[in-house]
Amino acid sequence: MTAIKPDRVATAREVHCTHCTLPVPAGFVVEGAARQFCCSACRTAYAIIHEHGLDDYYAFAERRDRPVTSSGRAYEEFDHEAFRTIYVREGADGLSECDLYLDGVHCASCVWLVEKVPLAIPGVISAELDIGHARCRVRWDRSRTPLSAIARFLDALGYVAHPFRGARAEELRRREDRAALVNIGIAGAIAGNVMMIALAIYAGWFGGIDAEFERYFRWWSFLLTTPTMIWPGRVFFKSAWGALRQRALHMDVPIAVAIGAGYLRGAVNTFTDTGPIYFDGVATLIFLLLVGRFLQQGAQRAAADSAELLFSLAPNTARVVGDDDVIREVPTEAVLPGAVLDVRAGDTLAADGVIVEGRSAIDLSLLTGESRPVSVGKGAQVFGGTVNVSAPIRVAVTRSGESSRIGQLLKDVEESARRRAPVVKMADRMAGAFIAVVLVGAAATYWMWMRRDPSQALDNAIAMLVVTCPCALALATPMAITVAIGRAARRGILIKGGDALERLATPGRLLLDKTGTLTTGRLELETWDGDRSWRPLVAALEQHSRHPVAAAVLRAEPGELARAEAVQETIGGGIRGRVAGHDLMIGKPSWVMEHANGVRESFAPLDAALTPVLVAVDGIVVARMGFGDPIRPEAAEAVRALRARGWQIGILSGDDPRVVASVGRTLGIAAQDCRGGASPEDKRAAVEQALLEGPVVMVGDGVNDAAAIASASVGIGVRGGAEACLAASDVFLAKGGIGTLIELETGARRTVTLIRLAIGFSLFYNIVGAAMAFTGIMDPLIAAIVMPTSSLSVVIAAWRGRTFPESVA
Amino acid sequence: MSVLYVLVPVALALAACAVFAYTWSSRTGQFDDLTTPALRAILDEAPNRSGSAAAVVETPLEKPHETPRRRAE
Repeated sequence: MTAIKPDRVATAREVHCTHCTLPVPAGFVVEGAARQFCCSACRTAYAIIHEHGLDDYYAFAERRDRPVTSSGRAYEEFDHEAFRTIYVREGADGLSECDLYLDGVHCASCVWLVEKVPLAIPGVISAELDIGHARCRVRWDRSRTPLSAIARFLDALGYVAHPFRGARAEELRRREDRAALVNIGIAGAIAGNVMMIALAIYAGWFGGIDAEFERYFRWWSFLLTTPTMIWPGRVFFKSAWGALRQRALHMDVPIAVAIGAGYLRGAVNTFTDTGPIYFDGVATLIFLLLVGRFLQQGAQRAAADSAELLFSLAPNTARVVGDDDVIREVPTEAVLPGAVLDVRAGDTLAADGVIVEGRSAIDLSLLTGESRPVSVGKGAQVFGGTVNVSAPIRVAVTRSGESSRIGQLLKDVEESARRRAPVVKMADRMAGAFIAVVLVGAAATYWMWMRRDPSQALDNAIAMLVVTCPCALALATPMAITVAIGRAARRGILIKGGDALERLATPGRLLLDKTGTLTTGRLELETWDGDRSWRPLVAALEQHSRHPVAAAVLRAEPGELARAEAVQETIGGGIRGRVAGHDLMIGKPSWVMEHANGVRESFAPLDAALTPVLVAVDGIVVARMGFGDPIRPEAAEAVRALRARGWQIGILSGDDPRVVASVGRTLGIAAQDCRGGASPEDKRAAVEQALLEGPVVMVGDGVNDAAAIASASVGIGVRGGAEACLAASDVFLAKGGIGTLIELETGARRTVTLIRLAIGFSLFYNIVGAAMAFTGIMDPLIAAIVMPTSSLSVVIAAWRGRTFPESVA
Repeated sequence: MSVLYVLVPVALALAACAVFAYTWSSRTGQFDDLTTPALRAILDEAPNRSGSAAAVVETPLEKPHETPRRRAE
């Protein structure tokens, strides 16, 4: 922290960086030079661009809002065997292909830089950037250049590269998307043309039309509708058939019945040249329903993509110490038992192992929920997924990958996710009742008309089937969900599936993890007993330590600090040194008492949730600090508001039961609903137990919550947590903390209300239509007007409805 | 009115051409990314007076990762 920082305030002349156009700090200005740079990254970037005669870049470059930053990493892991099997695809032509997520691409000039400059490396065939997703697809010849060289090159230009994991799934999705677009295009073109023809027929009823031309138009309608039925329309039949085979009913069943009946009756009527044809309605329906489906899929994917992006950004390398004592970065997947890892302070452990060198404190919170870091020394067992907080250590790997503790937990998560019973969506629940009513109605119409006028019986029964097609219903639900998911994503709530919204709309049991969810997950100085005037001195000494306690003291006591001398740190004990003429000793009570000569004052017992640390000055204990993991400021408000809405709130944590009880008291959660000391398996069991009584929502952030999240009716992950938890959750709160939980709940409730409203609307239309069909006054013209109107009005209602607030507050 | 016997097939044939063009462009992935190609088009025009980047392929490169790092603040 003693580095001399260059003065970032611009000089009077305002010199701008040649590369990034930001003001050059006074300390970096080279007098008289034509080109000035604000940092060495910009200088490197300029050198590369200039060297290759690409100076035209500067004609396009937009002003940046921050200087170029390169990580300076070596990207050695990009060349590793294990990396290649995961991220690199080998083409038949001997070329390799890899998708990289690039941090910092933002404008047109970035596209140019990223696509052009790497071509200067021998062996690079192409680099293609998708700026919307900030992803670059690189194709290169592995025998001529390693991927790491390309990554280093992009890094030097200021674009930090991360491998993108979902490339294969992405390819599949692209193909699906293209197929869906083709279907929509064909269905749309046919629907438009059939409508034009229908218009001619309807106009003929009023203005008169030769029978010859009417028959001509009817045949054209039939010829046009046939391909839309068998090509884009087949998705409804396929899915309806699939549902029937599983003895289930979903929305596609009534749709398939309606379009199938309409088409067949229309075809028969075309051949016999009598009665109504329904081709215009059928073609429009297929088109609109396909559009609704595509939109909903798009919104759900966008949310899943954002979560995937967070995966890509998570570090996935480990530093392995080789035989020659050289440290190399390798992908986490390539770490094998027996390897020795070098783990810096702040790094996440990549595998389970035993410490062979160094002493440190380990933060287990993601794995166990324990909020206080645990001191470890040589020979101690440590686990992958935990964070090394205070000092560098070396770890001999004992178990890695799937056999490690975290790997086992992940398997558990997968299994929980598989066992979760599928939820019947609201629209599908309606579909069952719907189709029963429609079929009974059609049968009743047929029976009644057989007695009155047998020649019209079949036509009226078919009209009943067609007019009651639940198209408005089938469109409104995806539309409302699409809009809600889109708006929620802009507010930092990523919803991976629409059914989560439905389940969040009715209050049930809400189980919250403590560490990192209700609390910040970071140690803070919460209490100070004793003379406050010692605090600056304590902070002065603590700036020499990297222990989380020291960091907390420094946050609580910002400002200029004196210098400490003769600093000695005992890991697992405390720190001592000389500040401003006093001998200071700060540490664990047992350690301080052992070395101190006396106590100036006695302290009241400390809250069980806090960790005590004593301060002794010149051998006398003068103060006691209490450290804890403070509750997030918005948590109390969120808990209160959710309870007021009828949620039963409980805490499910792996931390010490006393700490959990204390947090529960502060938030006003009854003691019997606060459970501490729960292992990941206990958490899952607790959720499954609660599921017997009703739906359960689980909110958490750690690997230890992942299995519980996967088995809950709705799992909610919180930012800052482990990716396993991200993967298992249905909803992901990107803002961190549970403040947005209220917004999510409100939004879910409103969305469901909106869907119900839309269902009510379309039922009303259908009842009116059915009544008309039953009495025989429904003619095809009325059907042609009523059906699109009902769809449109319902869609507009769903689109405009208030679910989540529209913009970012 | 018998002109309809000609005009309707002609109109539908035109529509079929449009559908075919659309299907082709969608199958070849032209709707996959709607932002980047637009930017690429602007940029391809102006530069290139010093030849494309491929022409300077053999220029030796300094190793960028070995340049001094900017101190993180």
